[in-house]
Amino acid sequence: MENKFSIKNLDMYYGDFQALKNINMEIKPKEITSLIGPSGCGKSTFLRTLNRMNDLIEGVRVEGEVLLDGEDIYKEIDVTKLRTRIGMVFQKPNPFPMSVYDNVAYGPRAHGIKKKSELDEIVERSLKRAAIWDEVKDRIKRNALSLSGGQQQRICIARALAVEPEVLLMDEPTSALDPISTLKVEDLAEELKKEITIIIVTHNMQQAARISDKTAFFLNGELIEFDETDFIFSTPRDKRTEDYITGRFG
Amino acid sequence: MENNMKLDKKNELKEKLAHYLFLFNATVAIISVAAIAFFVFYRGLQPFIPGNAEGNYSLIDFLSGLEWRPSIGKFGILYMIVGSLLATFGAIILGVPVGILTAVFIAELAPKWAKTIIKPAVEMLAGIPSVLYGLFGLGVIVPWIMQISPQAQGQSLLAVIFVLMIMILPTVITITESAINSVPDAYREGSYGLGATKLYTIFKVVLPAARSGILAGVVLGIGRAIGETMAVMLVAGNPIAGLPNSIFSPIRPLTTNIAMEMSYAFGLHQEMLFATGVVLFVFIILINLILSRVTRGSVLK
Ligand SMILES: Nc1ncnc2c1ncn2[C@@H]1O[C@H](COP(=O)(O)OP(=O)(O)OP(=O)(O)O)[C@@H](O)[C@H]1O
Ligand SMILES: [Mg+2]
Repeated sequence: MENKFSIKNLDMYYGDFQALKNINMEIKPKEITSLIGPSGCGKSTFLRTLNRMNDLIEGVRVEGEVLLDGEDIYKEIDVTKLRTRIGMVFQKPNPFPMSVYDNVAYGPRAHGIKKKSELDEIVERSLKRAAIWDEVKDRIKRNALSLSGGQQQRICIARALAVEPEVLLMDEPTSALDPISTLKVEDLAEELKKEITIIIVTHNMQQAARISDKTAFFLNGELIEFDETDFIFSTPRDKRTEDYITGRFG
Repeated sequence: MENNMKLDKKNELKEKLAHYLFLFNATVAIISVAAIAFFVFYRGLQPFIPGNAEGNYSLIDFLSGLEWRPSIGKFGILYMIVGSLLATFGAIILGVPVGILTAVFIAELAPKWAKTIIKPAVEMLAGIPSVLYGLFGLGVIVPWIMQISPQAQGQSLLAVIFVLMIMILPTVITITESAINSVPDAYREGSYGLGATKLYTIFKVVLPAARSGILAGVVLGIGRAIGETMAVMLVAGNPIAGLPNSIFSPIRPLTTNIAMEMSYAFGLHQEMLFATGVVLFVFIILINLILSRVTRGSVLK
């Protein structure tokens, strides 16, 4: 199978500080990849190089290659186009202060879709895919900020899905949620995997073990180990990986 | 143990003292407002109360009159109210878009070096004494208007609008900018993450989220415009009668009516100037009521 992402010799700097060191990684389509590692090791930084979110920060420099379906995202793809192909869900739910409907319709509208019937259809489909339709279908005009944290996060997932991304990046999407909402998001990820590629940052080992096909362990900006999740959790090759997942670390 | 208790007592006393010190200082502001309001209303309402020593005047004639001739006992200020409101309205219509776009530029778009020029310039603009705005208006804007105006003089509603527009810019810009800065980055990232462009993000997420702060800036701008005196006095024309019928008509704002005549007025004439102050005061109170409405639940509170 072709790679969705091929990352080659990726270095990333915040000014003088090197946050990612020579990362090489290949991510297959329609799989879930977990990124784990102690706080500050560069997981979020890595995730944000994949949709060029770090471009917004002053003094950031990226070297090496990130290929999406064989195309260099820093050289060959327009950044707004890139971000419609790669959706992102953030650690803290960040719905816009507007109605549920306007939140989900935001992306399609930004890309020029104006027709009401078309938007209605996209909104409903996206909310259904994000497993939140039943909970909000009667209050779709209500402000999204009036929903619970878990619901807000699924609204954000629906919002990301509304532009039909091929990849979904999730940065600790359940760290602010209760166990039940967490399970809902996990089930959702497994469901979505049938159609899209998912990369998820998590501090929760059980979560990584439960839902991901591959797991990558980062430490101090380096990719220490990257393999099938089952291998990583049963027979890690590197001593540092073993220490981390058994909790003797960080 | 014993010692500790003493210390506690001492600290408690200090806290109490500090508390009263703050309270006392806060009271100064409250008393000032109350005193000014009482004074203006007390003097300004006299002519409308029957049996006033200096003579009586009908409140309706005062509020609906189109002529101000103290020498023959005519005190009508409707044309001034209209002038003040039109000037303020015009300044807001022109100044608010310029102010908001400038604030957006400073907060979201400008490169660092441009910011280091624009921000101090805006602060400087806020600090210029208003009489200098008036001189600028008189020396530059009025002669320019004279060239395009059908009227003989350049002092006009339009001149006042231009001067006021420049004067409200710092208020609108500074407050809008701080409202924009307090919009969480999470909103911007959410929008960029969906492939929206920078401009789309600004107009669809950032400005709507900053809405109540921006409105507060607009309302404060209105307050500034309606209360401005020195600068507009020099460029308004200040006629003794007549509603303005075009932007080239001279106007006589409420503020300048008071400022121009108070130094030599006495008797009923003086009281009518206070009455003009009452009308001005009512406008300011209304504006503050609106302000507290729009800032409810906003970042500026
Ligand atoms: N905007 C920034 N400017 C400078 N340095 C940064 C910036 N963002 C992150 N860093 C640094 O880069 C390193 C990696 O940060 P990153 O946020 O990627 O860690 P993380 O693995 O996601 O941690 P966590 O699990 O706590 O979220 C850290 O040392 C951090 O201090
Ligand atoms: Mg992180």
